[in-house]
Amino acid sequence: MTIAVSFKKVSRHFGSVRAVDAVDLDIGEGEFFAMLGPSGSGKTTCLRLIAGFEQPTSGRIEIVGEQAEGVPPYRRNVNTVFQDYALFPHLSVLDNVAYGLMVRGVDKAQRHREAESALELVKLPGYGTRRPGQLSGGQRQRVALARALVNRPKVLLLDEPLGALDLKLRENMQEELKSLQKSLGITFVFVTHDQGEALSMANRVAVFDHGRIMQIGSPEEIYQRPNSRFVADFVGSSNVLPPDFVARHGGERRWASLRPEAVRIVEGEAGSLEAKVVSRSYMGGTTRLGLDVDGQRIYALVPAGHTLPAEGQAIRIGFTPNDLHLMDEAQ
Amino acid sequence: MSAADATAGRAAGAILPETGGFGGALSDLFWRRPKVLLLLMLLPPVLWLGVVYLGSLFALLLQSFFSIDEFSGLINREFTLKTYAELFRPANLDIIMRTVTMAACVTIASAIVAFPIAYYAARYARGKWKALFYIGIMLPLWSSYLVKVYAWKLILAKEGILTWFLGKLHLQWLLDAWLSLPIVGGNSLSVSFTGTFIVFVYVWLPFMILPIQAALERVPGNLIEASSDLGANPAQTFRNVLFPLALPGIVAGSIFTFSLTLGDYIIPQIIGTSRLFIGQAVYAHQGTAGNIPLAAAFTVVPIVVMGFYLWGAKRLGAFDAL
Repeated sequence: MTIAVSFKKVSRHFGSVRAVDAVDLDIGEGEFFAMLGPSGSGKTTCLRLIAGFEQPTSGRIEIVGEQAEGVPPYRRNVNTVFQDYALFPHLSVLDNVAYGLMVRGVDKAQRHREAESALELVKLPGYGTRRPGQLSGGQRQRVALARALVNRPKVLLLDEPLGALDLKLRENMQEELKSLQKSLGITFVFVTHDQGEALSMANRVAVFDHGRIMQIGSPEEIYQRPNSRFVADFVGSSNVLPPDFVARHGGERRWASLRPEAVRIVEGEAGSLEAKVVSRSYMGGTTRLGLDVDGQRIYALVPAGHTLPAEGQAIRIGFTPNDLHLMDEAQ
Repeated sequence: MSAADATAGRAAGAILPETGGFGGALSDLFWRRPKVLLLLMLLPPVLWLGVVYLGSLFALLLQSFFSIDEFSGLINREFTLKTYAELFRPANLDIIMRTVTMAACVTIASAIVAFPIAYYAARYARGKWKALFYIGIMLPLWSSYLVKVYAWKLILAKEGILTWFLGKLHLQWLLDAWLSLPIVGGNSLSVSFTGTFIVFVYVWLPFMILPIQAALERVPGNLIEASSDLGANPAQTFRNVLFPLALPGIVAGSIFTFSLTLGDYIIPQIIGTSRLFIGQAVYAHQGTAGNIPLAAAFTVVPIVVMGFYLWGAKRLGAFDAL
C-alpha cells in the first residue's frame, strides 16, 4: 500500500495548548479515512496540517512521499471541502468550480468544459450560470465538492462535510460520497464528530481526544473492541463498567465495555443479573432501557416487538461473556 | 387582588387594561397604523432634503443658465448656454482638468495607502488594537481642518521638518531633484502641487480606510484559505478574491476622496501654487468678481463628473458584490 499522508510525531501547539500532540499516522492511498472526535480534540487541526493552513510545531508530514512542512497550501496537490463550503460569492457556480484550473492557467474553454463535467459528477449539470447565493445548502455542498475534485487532488480533505445538512440529505450524501470515492479512487480524509457517519462511511477511523489518537482501526474494531473508556463511551454510547463491577461478576479486574444491544432480558437463567428498570425511552426501531444493576447504571436496547417491562419493574438480564470486552486501559 | 398587583398587571385577565393618557393612546394609534409613525419620522428630513437642499441646488442650476453683462456687471436673467461655453475657454478648462487630475491622483493614492491599513484592521487587529486603530483613524477628524492644513504647511516648508529630516538622511538631493521637475515641482513642497497632493491624501485618508475596512470585514477568512487551497498564490488570491470583494468599499471610499477633492478650495489656497482649482474658481467668481452664473456653472462640473464616475463604476460591476 502506498502511503498518501504520513504523520511522524507531529505536534501543533497554540501557546500552551497542545492542539495536536505527537501524532503518528499513516493514511493509505485510496483509503476513505475518518478522523473522529469531540470538538477541540485536534482532528480539524490535523486536517489543516495536511492542507497546509497550519504548520507543525514539530514532527514531519509527508504527502505521497514528499516532505510537506514549509510548503504553502497553493503548492500542495491537496484540496479541501470546507465546513461552510467557502464558495466565492462574486463568481458564478461554473467559475467557482473552474477556479483551481483558472489559477493554473488552463484556458477558458477547456476549464469550463472540465468544470461542467465536474458539475455533472456531483449531479448538478446546468447549474453553472447561477450564483452560490441562489443555491440550497445541499447544492452548495455539491459545488464545493466539484470545485475540489476538478483539480484531481492526491488527497481530498473534507471538514465536517455533512454537518450543516438535514438528516435525509445527509444520508443521501453519505452514500454518494462513498460511491464517488470508490469510483474515483482518490484518498478521502474527512473530519467528523458524528460517530455514526464515521462508522458508516470510512474504511478506517482514528478516534481523537486532547490532540492524541486514542485508537485507529476499522469501524468494526473501533465499535466492537474499543481500547479505552473514552473510545467505548464516544463511539456508540457503550456501557463502560468499572473494574470492581467486572470482577464481582466473574471477569478480570479491568475496565470493560458492554454494548447496549448485547444486553438481553432473560427469565432466571444461570448467571443472569438482577436489574431494576429506571428509565424507558422509545426510539422507533428500538427502545432504550436504563437499568440499575447492583448500583451500576447499564443501558439495554430492546428491539421493537419485544414486550417491554414497566418503569420500576424488577427484571433479570444476561449477556454472553464474549460481549463483555475487557479494555487495555488499566485505570 | 391587591392594588399593587393590578397596576403591575399581574393576576389580571388575558387582556391588560389600556395604559390610558395621551402617550398610551398615541402608542395604540402607531401600533394600529404603522404608516403614520413612518410618515411622522420621514416628514422633517424629506422637507429638508426636498425643499431646502434640492431647492437650493435647483436655484444654483438655474443661475448657471443666466449670463453676466461684461460691461455693467449685471446679471442678465435670460436663458443662455453662454456661461457653459465660457467653461471651455482654455483658462477655465485648465482649472477643470487640473482639479479632476488632482482628484484622480488623490483617490488612487488614498486607495493604495488605505488598503493595507484597512486589511490589517479587518483581518488581524483584535481587542485593544482594534480600538487603537479606530482612534488612530478618527483622531485627525476630531481636530480642526485648518489647524491640520497649517501644520502641514510648516512640515512641508523649505525650513520645515521634512527638509531637515531628509537632510539628516542625506536625501536632500532626492527632494531637490523632485522639486526641479516641471508641474509637480516648485520652490518648496509647500508651494508645489506635490504638497497639495500630499495634504489632500492625508486629509481624506480616513474616508477611504473606513469603507474598505468595512468591506474587508465582511469577507470570510475561509474564502482566502479556499483560494489558496485551490492553488492560487497570494497575488492571485488578491486579484481574484480579495480585490473584487473589497471593490464596493474602495468605490465608496473613492466617492468621498474624489468628490471632496473636487470641491475643496482651502487646501490648494494654503498649500500649493497660485493656480486655481474648481473650488477656488467658484469662490472667486461668486465673491469678488460677482459672476454668480459662472460660479454656478463651475459648481455643476463636479456634479457631472461624479455622475459619470458612478455610472462607470456601476458598469465595471463595482456594486455587484453588495
